[in-house]
Amino acid sequence: MKMMSGAAMVVEALKDVGVTHLFGYPGGAVLDIYDALYAQEDVEHVLVRHEQAAAHMADGYARATGKTGAVLVTSGPGATNTITGIATAFMDSIPMVVLSGQVPSMHIGEDAFQECDMVGVSRPVVKHSFLVKKPEDIPMAIAKAFYIANTGRPGPVVVDLPKDIVNVQNEHPYVFPSDVTMRSYNPTLKGHSKQIKKAVNLMKEAQRPVLYVGGGAIAAEAAPYVTQLAELLHAPVCSTLMGLGAFSSVHPQFIGMLGMHGTLEANKAMHNADCIVALGARFDDRVTNNVDKFCPHANIIHVDIDPASISKIVNAHVPVVGSVDKVLLQMLTLLADIDFSGQEEKLADWWVQVNEWRDKKCLDYDQSTQTIKPQKVIESLYEHTNGDAYVSSDVGQHQMFAALYYPFAKPRRWINSGGLGTMGFGLPAAMGVQFAHPDAVSVVVTGDGSIQMNIQELSTCLQYGLPVKIISLNNRALGMVRQWQDMNYKGRHSHSYMDSMPDFVALAEAYGHTGIKVDTLDELDGAMQKCFATKGLVFMDIAVDQNEHVYPMQIKYGAMDDMRLSKTERT
Amino acid sequence: MRRIISVLMENAPGALSRIVGVFSQRGFNVDSLCVAPTDDESLSRLTIITQGNDKVIEQITKQVNKLIDVLKVTELTEGPHIERELMLIKVATRTELSRSEVKRNVDIFRARILDVTATNYTIEITGTSDKLDAFSDVMSQSADITESARTGVCGLARGERALRP
Ligand SMILES: Cc1ncc(C[n+]2csc(CCOP(=O)(O)OP(=O)(O)O)c2C)c(N)n1
Ligand SMILES: [Mg+2]
Repeated sequence: MKMMSGAAMVVEALKDVGVTHLFGYPGGAVLDIYDALYAQEDVEHVLVRHEQAAAHMADGYARATGKTGAVLVTSGPGATNTITGIATAFMDSIPMVVLSGQVPSMHIGEDAFQECDMVGVSRPVVKHSFLVKKPEDIPMAIAKAFYIANTGRPGPVVVDLPKDIVNVQNEHPYVFPSDVTMRSYNPTLKGHSKQIKKAVNLMKEAQRPVLYVGGGAIAAEAAPYVTQLAELLHAPVCSTLMGLGAFSSVHPQFIGMLGMHGTLEANKAMHNADCIVALGARFDDRVTNNVDKFCPHANIIHVDIDPASISKIVNAHVPVVGSVDKVLLQMLTLLADIDFSGQEEKLADWWVQVNEWRDKKCLDYDQSTQTIKPQKVIESLYEHTNGDAYVSSDVGQHQMFAALYYPFAKPRRWINSGGLGTMGFGLPAAMGVQFAHPDAVSVVVTGDGSIQMNIQELSTCLQYGLPVKIISLNNRALGMVRQWQDMNYKGRHSHSYMDSMPDFVALAEAYGHTGIKVDTLDELDGAMQKCFATKGLVFMDIAVDQNEHVYPMQIKYGAMDDMRLSKTERT
Repeated sequence: MRRIISVLMENAPGALSRIVGVFSQRGFNVDSLCVAPTDDESLSRLTIITQGNDKVIEQITKQVNKLIDVLKVTELTEGPHIERELMLIKVATRTELSRSEVKRNVDIFRARILDVTATNYTIEITGTSDKLDAFSDVMSQSADITESARTGVCGLARGERALRP
């Protein structure tokens, strides 16, 4: 049996669970752990510039790989700085483990220096948390934390480590558990066969089916099965913001993102469907619009690993609790015995209808001006990356433009904060992606507001030589806020613009990177070219039309398909 | 509608605060809450009285069940069940009439006097919440209630049904 200090156990346990990257920032309570990190090379520690960014990096790493992101921070402010990052991961069901230092056990509750009840503060935004009481418990706590984070509905887990527990002075036996089982935690993975049968019958009968695919399909690695089901049923497929890439956006059956800024065809198809197959989606308010008017004709089959997500917002006619991949396999097995040869013919009318909506070309935008339209930038980005980049995003108009104008053909390529909508997520997330895939193209689409919420990480990028490409749609405004003010507050732009925009090119250069300013449409293509030809990080500061709005947009209190299509047209 | 939710969970630090957290976070009511270890020391049993329609109760049950420390959740009010609550109530009796009235009602309600002074009785009563309410009412008519403490409801299903790990 190996004898080691608590601090060494932390590092050893991280190796044993397979952590490759640990995003962190040191401080008093974790100095022993940092000392244990010093002497080894298995776990690469990434020194961030702000703990919030550490959490977002781990998050980006997790979204791009499906592996659990790992974070290490000190007690008090180090720990509290991660809360936004933890909440972001929680809302999007991203596996993450945050190790936080804590004041020595005997001082807990005394308002000791840098004491904060991390377990308490994080409680509403974690899947689970541990306060480790004895050094011998460290390996099991860490093993359980990683197990919980990445099984069932994934989510963040906090492990709070009091300083005396990790003290390097005392050694204890280290035993890493070969297997983790918990009597109180056994997520249901396979669907109930009776429910599967019911679902299959509904799908078989459907005249106007739609697949509504969410982030759960990505978390469950279910993309191939989603495609199989879609092709078998010949059904139109729409995706949530979180689900983009689970079904290829360039597939002829794809009808776009649904919801608040969804396409006309996606929202229309949903509204008129007679059978909706929800796969790892949760009927978020940004999807449903007015729940009372939601999809009045549809039988709803809802597949989700979290029973609490089913019939929470919209009643499911056929609830199926289980992992999307397992459930789809079960469904496909049953469907294999059914003759679908007449399916295309059967759905011909439905497709005529769907194609009529498609023909409205709701994503068309004004291309006659010399000002750079944000949509154009995303299209250009798509071309210059052959549609094959990892695209992280911040939050705002630019996020919606990226989601709508960059078709994602593969899962885990679109990395954004959908649930919490965290500005400042994009850059650190793109960095996490880059650590996970050093040779891939990692892009962040951001805005002049969002980028300033974690811009200090440009320094981390320099330290680790991360060639992240920053595509900043600079509209000199908090554009999404401004859009709402245009629409709902008679254009009163209360605090949605900034007169004091920094010189982003100079800023990028000050951090040791390349900056490119793009002011006119003529420069755009060449600048993109240069961006992707340049080694290392490039900050593209692109002046886009300040007055552009994101359309389509659902009309408040309406049905799914009550939408504005432009500043002047509505459905 | 009044509902009784019964929860079997790990007797672990923080488990209770997580359950209470779910209620406050999601805006569910807690009318009473009663918690203690079970015959198996490693488990705690928690009984919550809450209000809500079927949809709300379904959400409560599912959200509580989702907590890692929770093994089982059931709604007792769904089927035949037994529920009991204990109350300790201290009453000030200023006259002989009041003293005899209190004693008479203690007998009627099958309560028990635990402590006596010249001007006070402290009484224990067990029963359904309604019975405890009724007893309180009666006491307030025949004496002055100085203070009272209630445990909150705990309950079990009737018959074979049980909440086991
Ligand atoms: C941390 C945080 N604070 C505030 C908001 C509210 N909010 C949503 S979008 C937005 C404006 C974003 O501006 P910018 O990054 O420039 O993007 P744009 O909409 O202009 O493309 C704001 C303030 C948020 N989502 N996150
Ligand atoms: Mg902006």
